Amino acid sequence: MARVVVDVMLKPEILDPQGQAVANALPRLGVSEVSSVRIGRRIEIEFAGEADLETAREIADKLLANPVIEDFTLRVDEPAAAQTSA
Amino acid sequence: MRIGIVTFPGSLDDGDAARAVRIAGGEAVRLWHGDEDIHGVDAVVLPGGFSYGDALRCGAIARFAPVMETVADAARGGMPVLGICNGFQILCEAHLLPGALTRNQHLHFRNRDQYLRVGATATAWTNAFSEGQEILIPVKNGEGCFVADEKTLDELEGEGRVVARYTRGNPNGSQRDIAAITNAAGNVVGIMPHPEHAVEALTGPSLDGLGFFTSALRHLAGTAAGGQLTGGAHR
Repeated sequence: MARVVVDVMLKPEILDPQGQAVANALPRLGVSEVSSVRIGRRIEIEFAGEADLETAREIADKLLANPVIEDFTLRVDEPAAAQTSA
Repeated sequence: MRIGIVTFPGSLDDGDAARAVRIAGGEAVRLWHGDEDIHGVDAVVLPGGFSYGDALRCGAIARFAPVMETVADAARGGMPVLGICNGFQILCEAHLLPGALTRNQHLHFRNRDQYLRVGATATAWTNAFSEGQEILIPVKNGEGCFVADEKTLDELEGEGRVVARYTRGNPNGSQRDIAAITNAAGNVVGIMPHPEHAVEALTGPSLDGLGFFTSALRHLAGTAAGGQLTGGAHR
C-alpha cells in the first residue's frame, strides 16, 4: 500500500470567505498577529500497490481540483516522512 | 417538442422543471443520471439540487455521470441545454460553460425572490425576452458566487454572453453581478436563479420563468423548420 497526498487550494486571487470567517474569529481567541487564513482540502489516495504519481495527478487534475479556481500539489506520503511532516 | 430533465441522486427541482416544461407546452421526458441514453429528446434541462450531496465540489461528481457524456456531446452538437443552479454548476464543471460557482461571499444560504436584467436574448433559452427586460424569479443557493478570471469576464461581456445580471442587490457576490451566461453558440445556458419556480401565480412571484421554456420550444420549432430564429449567437 502506498499513499499519495493531494493538497487542493483556492488560487491566490480567488476570495476565500471561509478563511476570512476563521480569521475574523481569531481575535476572540486572543490571537491578533494573524493577517490571513486560507482554507484548502487534503485528499489521501491509497494505491493497492506502488504509488502511481501520474495516475494521482490525473485524478487531481480531472476531479479533485477545479483548475478554474483551484491549484493542487501532490506528493508520495512516505511512512517515515509522515512522522516528521509538519 | 420533447425536453429531457435529468434526475441525479440529490436533484430537488427536477419535478418543478418537468412541470414548467409542460406548462410551457412541451413534453417533459424524465432522464436518469445512470442511463447514457437521452431517449431522443430535443433539449435537456439539468435541474437544481445537490447532486451526489455536493461531495467534493458542487457538480464535480455529476459531471462524470453516464448521462452527462451524452448530454455534453449533444450540447457541443448544438442541442439546447439549460442548467439551473446545481445544473449551472455541473455545466461549469463539465467545461461546457466558463468560470465556476463558489461559496456565497457572505457564507449564508440565500433564498428570496430576485430581480434580474436579461442581457443576451439571442440564446435558445431567452429569445422570448427583450434585451434589458427586468424579470423576477426566485434565487436559492449557498454556492452561487460566479467567478472567472478577468479575461474570461471581459470575453463574456464583449461577446454578449451575459444572459442575465442581478439587479436591486447581488445575492451572492457574483462577479459583475452575473446570474446567467451562455456558450459562444448560444445553445447552452447556465442560470443560478430558478425560472422553473416562477411559472404559476399560485406558487411563484411572477410568471417570468416561463419565458425560458417557451424560448426553447420556439427555438426548436425554428430549427426544425430550418429557420435561423435567433440570429447572431448561432453558428
